[in-house]
Amino acid sequence: MDKAANSILYLDDVNVSFDGFKALKALSLIIEPGEMRAVIGPNGAGKTTMMDVITGKTRPDTGDVLFAETRDLTRLDEATIAELGIGRKFQKPSVFEKLTVGENLALALAGNRGVRDALFWRMSTREKARLDELLEIVRLGAQKDMLAARLSHGQKQWLEIGMLLAQEPKLLLVDEPVAGMTDAETETTASLLKSIAGERSIVVVEHDMNFVRELDVKVTVLHEGTVLAEGSLDHVSADNRVIEVYLGR
Amino acid sequence: MIAGRLLKISDRGVLVTLAVILIIAILVPVLHLLVPPESAFHIPAYAMALIGKYLCYAMLALSLDLIWGYCGILSLGHGAFFALGGYAMGMYLMRQIGSRGVYGNAELPDFMVFLNWTELPWYWHGFDSFAFAMFMVLFVPGVLAFLFGFFAFRSRVSGVHLSIITQALTFALMLAFFRNDMGFGGNNGLTDFKDILGFNLQASGTRTALFIATCLALGASLLLCLAITRSRLGVVLTAIRDAESRTRFLGYRVEAFKLFAFTVSACIAGVAGALYVPQVGIINPGEFAPANSIEAVVWTAIGGRGTLFGPILGAVLVNFAKSWFTSALPELWLFALGGLFLAVTLFLPKGLAGLFDRKAAGGRRAVPAAQPEAAE
Ligand SMILES: Nc1ncnc2c1ncn2[C@@H]1O[C@H](COP(=O)(O)OP(=O)(O)OP(=O)(O)O)[C@@H](O)[C@H]1O
Ligand SMILES: [Mg+2]
Repeated sequence: MDKAANSILYLDDVNVSFDGFKALKALSLIIEPGEMRAVIGPNGAGKTTMMDVITGKTRPDTGDVLFAETRDLTRLDEATIAELGIGRKFQKPSVFEKLTVGENLALALAGNRGVRDALFWRMSTREKARLDELLEIVRLGAQKDMLAARLSHGQKQWLEIGMLLAQEPKLLLVDEPVAGMTDAETETTASLLKSIAGERSIVVVEHDMNFVRELDVKVTVLHEGTVLAEGSLDHVSADNRVIEVYLGR
Repeated sequence: MIAGRLLKISDRGVLVTLAVILIIAILVPVLHLLVPPESAFHIPAYAMALIGKYLCYAMLALSLDLIWGYCGILSLGHGAFFALGGYAMGMYLMRQIGSRGVYGNAELPDFMVFLNWTELPWYWHGFDSFAFAMFMVLFVPGVLAFLFGFFAFRSRVSGVHLSIITQALTFALMLAFFRNDMGFGGNNGLTDFKDILGFNLQASGTRTALFIATCLALGASLLLCLAITRSRLGVVLTAIRDAESRTRFLGYRVEAFKLFAFTVSACIAGVAGALYVPQVGIINPGEFAPANSIEAVVWTAIGGRGTLFGPILGAVLVNFAKSWFTSALPELWLFALGGLFLAVTLFLPKGLAGLFDRKAAGGRRAVPAAQPEAAE
């Protein structure tokens, strides 16, 4: 386990296949505590599948997936992994449509997840303040009591980002956060993520190159389930193979 | 944050329903006991028992709504929990007969004497005690639901698959209870009850007390379900219903929440069955019939699931209609029920409760912004 030393997330030689189709091939990735990493790559490269593996949705056929050096994520279920401190924003915005914006955020607020806690839970002043703070961050203060179903696509993205923040995870997995957002919103999202990096670790998947440039962090390029290149955006952009499979299209 | 929820029409519907139950709990006994039989306003004993029976059905529908309407678990075997509660009550009532049975055997119920049994089976012990029997009314359905749910939810059986196993569960229980050697009276079930707590079951006073108890139990169950669905737990249940896997990624152990709702729901169904048996005077394996469970689902759907009061309304109205039809046009009842179900599914997806919803709540939801600080 030494190889995993000083990492918040450690993937080594991870393989996933669906009915013989290899979605991840010998994928290795190491994220340091507090690091923000951008993951790019063409459609079908395995970016979302990688997040599925980390969050317990998909079990890898082989390979190590370790959180905070020691926790073997391949053996834990989704709820346990979430409780360990891994939060996820899905590619397709998935908020609870029949709940209000406030309820969505309240459900995500860090805290006990037990049945009894939920039955007798009353929102504390601190939680109420936190909720209002989050509503402000994601700019949905006016929509607090609105059903999430009625939000626009961009607003749903924001709500889901808010839910991710509400969980106060140690590691944030953010799948295509700015799809459907305006340029201004994209910029805000980038600065929001930058402001929480350092304190928390973030893996962000995105196709929007302007956004990735804005993040200004180390980039990993995935292709056909494996790492094609890694380094600064300028470094990987100069890589011929990357240009061929992704950037140059 | 619950502000939106507080104002929801379903809550007002629940309050109105509670008030109506209270009125019925007072009015029906008064019309039965105090108004002379000659009066047009007199409610005869059979009619009171009939209403009491409908209220038991309403409780069954309510219990179904808690898991189906709020948590998306469609049980097609909820009649099993109802029947088990009924059998627990029936066993107590059998013990109350004492030596007044046909065979005059104080130790054994008639059907056991008939089968040449010499000893009371171990699982009949304790049912002499009312308190013990009432405990079993909750315990047996609760434990069965807990064990069933524990394995089903842990293996992530859901949707249609779960519905089919619940149906299989009630069917298997029906076959088991039909067997004489199970010791529950086989085909004939348990009947010929005499007393409850020493009071004659045929007496007006006893029947009235049972009726009032049914109203109170229904009211209490409604309040319990309201408290559950309005708590954060209720929000989690709704989240599970709409996006189960998403809820897991927030760190909620979905199976634990489902198990809680399923077990509570089974206990409510058990109490309903226990109140049903002394009012109809019999419990037999027919109560486990899959068709019964499906009918309960139909009441719930017609009334409007996810509203708590809708299913109560649905159960009572459909059963009134059934009583009328089966005496006036017996051949047509199943067609009428099927037609009603289709009509509601097609034109009133939210059930009868949706009729109220549209009028009263539509406007409010249309103005999303700037609600004053949540009252919570
Ligand atoms: N559950 C599954 N069953 C079968 N194939 C799957 C499954 N999940 C993903 N795949 C396949 O695995 C490959 C990788 O998919 P993945 O969603 O990880 O790509 P991605 O990099 O996120 O792409 P995009 O940029 O389009 O989101 C795709 O070819 C996809 O069809
Ligand atoms: Mg993807």
